[in-house]
Amino acid sequence: MDVVAETPRTRTVILDVPDWPGHRAGQHVDVRLTAEDGYQTERSYSIASPPEERNLSLTVERLEEGEVSPYLTEELRAGDKLEIRGPIGGYFVWDISTGGPLLLIAGGSGIVPLMAMLRHRDIAIRSSTARHQTPARLLYSSRRWDEIIYREELEKLTRTDDTLEVMHTLTREQPEGWTGFRRRIDRMMLAEVAWPASEQPRVFVCGPTPLVESAAASLVDLGHLPSLVKTERFGPTGSTS
Amino acid sequence: MPPISRGFRGRRPTSDAASRLPPGQYETRDFPVLSAGPTPRTSLDKWDFTLRSTAGKSARWSWDEFQKLPREKITTDIHCVTKWSKFGTSWEGVSIDTLLAEAAKQGVEPSPYVMARSDGGYTTNVPLADLAAGKAWIAFIYDGAPLHPEHGGPARLLVPHLYFWKSAKWVRELRMMDENTPGFWESLGYHIYGDPWREQRYAGDE
Repeated sequence: MDVVAETPRTRTVILDVPDWPGHRAGQHVDVRLTAEDGYQTERSYSIASPPEERNLSLTVERLEEGEVSPYLTEELRAGDKLEIRGPIGGYFVWDISTGGPLLLIAGGSGIVPLMAMLRHRDIAIRSSTARHQTPARLLYSSRRWDEIIYREELEKLTRTDDTLEVMHTLTREQPEGWTGFRRRIDRMMLAEVAWPASEQPRVFVCGPTPLVESAAASLVDLGHLPSLVKTERFGPTGSTS
Repeated sequence: MPPISRGFRGRRPTSDAASRLPPGQYETRDFPVLSAGPTPRTSLDKWDFTLRSTAGKSARWSWDEFQKLPREKITTDIHCVTKWSKFGTSWEGVSIDTLLAEAAKQGVEPSPYVMARSDGGYTTNVPLADLAAGKAWIAFIYDGAPLHPEHGGPARLLVPHLYFWKSAKWVRELRMMDENTPGFWESLGYHIYGDPWREQRYAGDE
């Protein structure tokens, strides 16, 4: 077990899981914590690592009011043990064999399962001719520049892969000279970024409920088949990202 | 005995909350949304509800006809398989018993299992015994207001004694089945029955 800082509020927990049965990009695990007196609590976290990697990575955002995420991001350290169960979920998954184009829409820590897809895709296209059959685009909404999770890795991926495009929108604060989007994801932004519906991209949207609701509704409005738009929401209705 | 999580203290629920929480659940005051795809939006003049037998007999209600059926108020705790529980949610809807009685007059015979079908293609399977005898409703009012589409409006199945994925949002049909055919999540690794008190989350749980 190892813990790596990603952003001020997120950490990646890297686990060495004996007998891990393997997973698909997009799946999650249940984490169970047990206190000394036997009190237990469980939460679900998306897997960030691709199926090809030996270790299992979970990227966790610290929620101020949370019970488990502050423990995982602040208390847990290298060498600790963690009880997990999984992989779980068989719908919000993408494999290279699913094909493309692959359109990913993320808000905040909603990037995590989508990153597993991009990492899996990166490994898969390097070892095959699938690259030009599976172009990918990521539209990623963060509050601020320093809250973009995996920022450097995403930059590196786009530098070495001309079939991947990553577009950021920063909703609260933008660095000087910022040329990217600076508002919440809306229909106009999706119309600009997404492939036309006629190309039938496989769409995965993950983030806070209001972002996912609005992005999924806009995509359907733009003609995308609801069955090709897969979503994962977190948090309450009406929360802000 | 599971491994102790070094340094984990946790936030204990009050004893009242603890007694209402099924194993592995925590209380939330929010109302989180979990859906596998975009929220379908069906206008009320196109909405109808059908109860269908294995022999192909069916009873159908338009929105207006449905609204004229006797309705009940329900206050209940709900439990989502993703670990949150919400206490004391209040709903209004039509009891499945009422629908079964009305449908029986039109020759719709009961079968041991039911598949709920929703706008957007979602399905979930429930034994008929878990829908009858005052255990389930088609709910269209939440907290005194029309049920919001994100939470399954215009109407959703409400089966609060099972994990909440069984309470199909945007429900449009209950179809009798002789076999316990798995629905959407039940085909994707989730438990065929889903009793939160027995923590039947995933296929293979006792």
